[in-house]
Amino acid sequence: MSLEIKALHAQIPGREILKGLNLTINPGEVHAIMGPNGSGKSTLSKVLCGHEDYEVTSGEVLLDGENILDMAVDARSRAGLFLAFQYPHEIPGVSNANFLRAALKARLPKGEDIDAIKFYKQLYTRMDQLEMDRSFTSRSVNEGFSGGEKKRNEILQLMMLEPKYAILDETDSGLDIDALKVVSRGVNAMRSEDRGFLVITHYQRLLNYIQPDIVHVMIDGQIVHTGGKELALKLEEKGYDWVKEELLAAA
Amino acid sequence: MVTAPDNDISDIKVDSVGDFTFPERNKFDSGFGITEKTVDFIADVKNDPEWIREFRHKALKIFQSKPMPTHWATKDLENIKFDEFRYYLSDGQKPKRSWDDVPEDVKKTFDRLGIPEQERKFLAGVEAQYDSEAAYSNIKAAVEEQGVIFVNSTEGLHKHPEIFKKWFGKVIPTGDNKFSALNSAVFSGGSFIYVPPGVKVKHPLQAYFRINSEQFGQFERTLIIADEGAEVMYMEGCTAPKFETATLHSAVVELVAMKGAKIQYVTVQNWSSNVFNLVTKRGIAHEDAEVRWIDCNIGSRLTMKYPGVIMKGKRARGEVISIALANSGQHQDTGAKMVHAADDTTSNVISKSISIGEGRSTYRGLVHIPKHLKGCKNNTECDALLINTNSRTDTYPAISVRGNQHSTQHEASVSQVSADQIFYLMQRGLSEAEAMSLSVNGFINDLVKEFPMEYSVELKRLIDLEMEGSVG
Repeated sequence: MSLEIKALHAQIPGREILKGLNLTINPGEVHAIMGPNGSGKSTLSKVLCGHEDYEVTSGEVLLDGENILDMAVDARSRAGLFLAFQYPHEIPGVSNANFLRAALKARLPKGEDIDAIKFYKQLYTRMDQLEMDRSFTSRSVNEGFSGGEKKRNEILQLMMLEPKYAILDETDSGLDIDALKVVSRGVNAMRSEDRGFLVITHYQRLLNYIQPDIVHVMIDGQIVHTGGKELALKLEEKGYDWVKEELLAAA
Repeated sequence: MVTAPDNDISDIKVDSVGDFTFPERNKFDSGFGITEKTVDFIADVKNDPEWIREFRHKALKIFQSKPMPTHWATKDLENIKFDEFRYYLSDGQKPKRSWDDVPEDVKKTFDRLGIPEQERKFLAGVEAQYDSEAAYSNIKAAVEEQGVIFVNSTEGLHKHPEIFKKWFGKVIPTGDNKFSALNSAVFSGGSFIYVPPGVKVKHPLQAYFRINSEQFGQFERTLIIADEGAEVMYMEGCTAPKFETATLHSAVVELVAMKGAKIQYVTVQNWSSNVFNLVTKRGIAHEDAEVRWIDCNIGSRLTMKYPGVIMKGKRARGEVISIALANSGQHQDTGAKMVHAADDTTSNVISKSISIGEGRSTYRGLVHIPKHLKGCKNNTECDALLINTNSRTDTYPAISVRGNQHSTQHEASVSQVSADQIFYLMQRGLSEAEAMSLSVNGFINDLVKEFPMEYSVELKRLIDLEMEGSVG
């Protein structure tokens, strides 16, 4: 049982972005990926979820043993993969509650519906944890939300859908310190032995609140360095140049 | 069908809920093409009074003399071959008042479309038309006792000539356009409704128009009169199977709201993509009266429909709320006509169109406020949603306001469901069709809230089916 990424190569027309990436996330683990701009961190999250802009040229991604690369975007989601978007989309006219119901219903056998009372009970509990006002249930998904509200809403969806593996793509960007604490609390509440996390971030700050078990450095489409959470502090202090120099020395 | 869970329709092809047909067993068939003989055949079969026979013949001449409106609409109209349709088909039976008496194939058809179930649940009366004639017609006793008349147009003109003759063809003159003339020549079926002064019909009256036969044209004629202070809601639904050849549907609907009366006319049409749907709909609102069209156009090859309200009395109100969905191979050319003909009249037009794949939506609006009036108000909003880049949308608002004592406002917007929006929804587990459906339902959500609940459920279901059909 794990999310296993093996020698993954992916490209947009004319440019390879992921160049043989290897990474294994076991349930219960929180992995952080840090790296300079343009190293392919966000691309990795989209490729894992099946975004049509990227073509996988070789490699495998196994979710609990099953190769998900041939699966459609929605099937990967239902198989247990969740992405908290860096830029969540607005869905005008669709209320948050209806959206979540539709997403949960999509996980049930055709024709079955979710229990509305249980659903709202769960929804309100989760919203309270994220300090979200009840009015967000009836507001259109992300429409007119501030940057921080959108990120909270992503974590709310994560909490409601309870995926096996969650990817957080720069969830800290655009958050003030209070919002960051709230969002992190939500994520930490979801940490469990059955769930793996991949946290993509530019800044060590987030990792003070969501403490990773393992930190990776990604440069030019590959994981080039792996360490414990102290690695994040070193990166914060010294930047990425020393990693690049080590790479050159090794080559 | 209104409340049926999704799995109950699994045996029906997903591209259209109405895509099934039964063998024809017509006693009366006018044959192909339209001539004076066709008109006489229909007048004979229907035992028309002489004035109707003359009305038909006069209409035929106007129809033949009028050109197709291809110059402003679409060249696709030239593909209508009038010689390749039959203009009247029926089994020669009178409409039944009990579903048990309706012929088995017809009953099965309407069962499958969910009509008897809807009737039991929330309707005050139902008329079910199969090709040219009503197969079933019933009104709840309590409503009938209030003096409400709800019959088909043939029965209306025979049994209630004093009311029928006074209004028939008065709101929409025969020569209004080529297709109103065609309808006037060969009309059959449709509803005749009269609501006496002060009577407010609590539940909707519903008509369902079903085309079963190939190479056929359906020409129902509906006339609704709400007398002073009366209120009524009328609902129509329509389906046809998908044939290889074209099908023609050309109705004329006239509404008359007397002083202080209120008529709401709701359409949820779901034509298959071989139907030319060319319909003329107009209402007159007298003093303090209100005419409201709620028009949902899904399917058809080409729909041209611009419901109108003539606000003839002071403080009259007119409203058109329309939703059009054009999938690949479909063109929805819809809109509204608001004619202000008295002081302090108010009109409101809200149009939302959705174009998918190669689908094309056009909004055509006309608002007319003449110089000699004062205190007239119009609000027009048209919003278009495009799903994928091949689809097309056009807006042609014509607002003619003379004088300076009026207020009008017009807003239009075009938005797009982007690939990234679909990706976002699918990442949460929704299929592509569900993601599109949810986006479309969100787009029309504020309008759907205006509908009776049963119809908004039905509309949502039709949109779901349409989306399932539009993705591989």
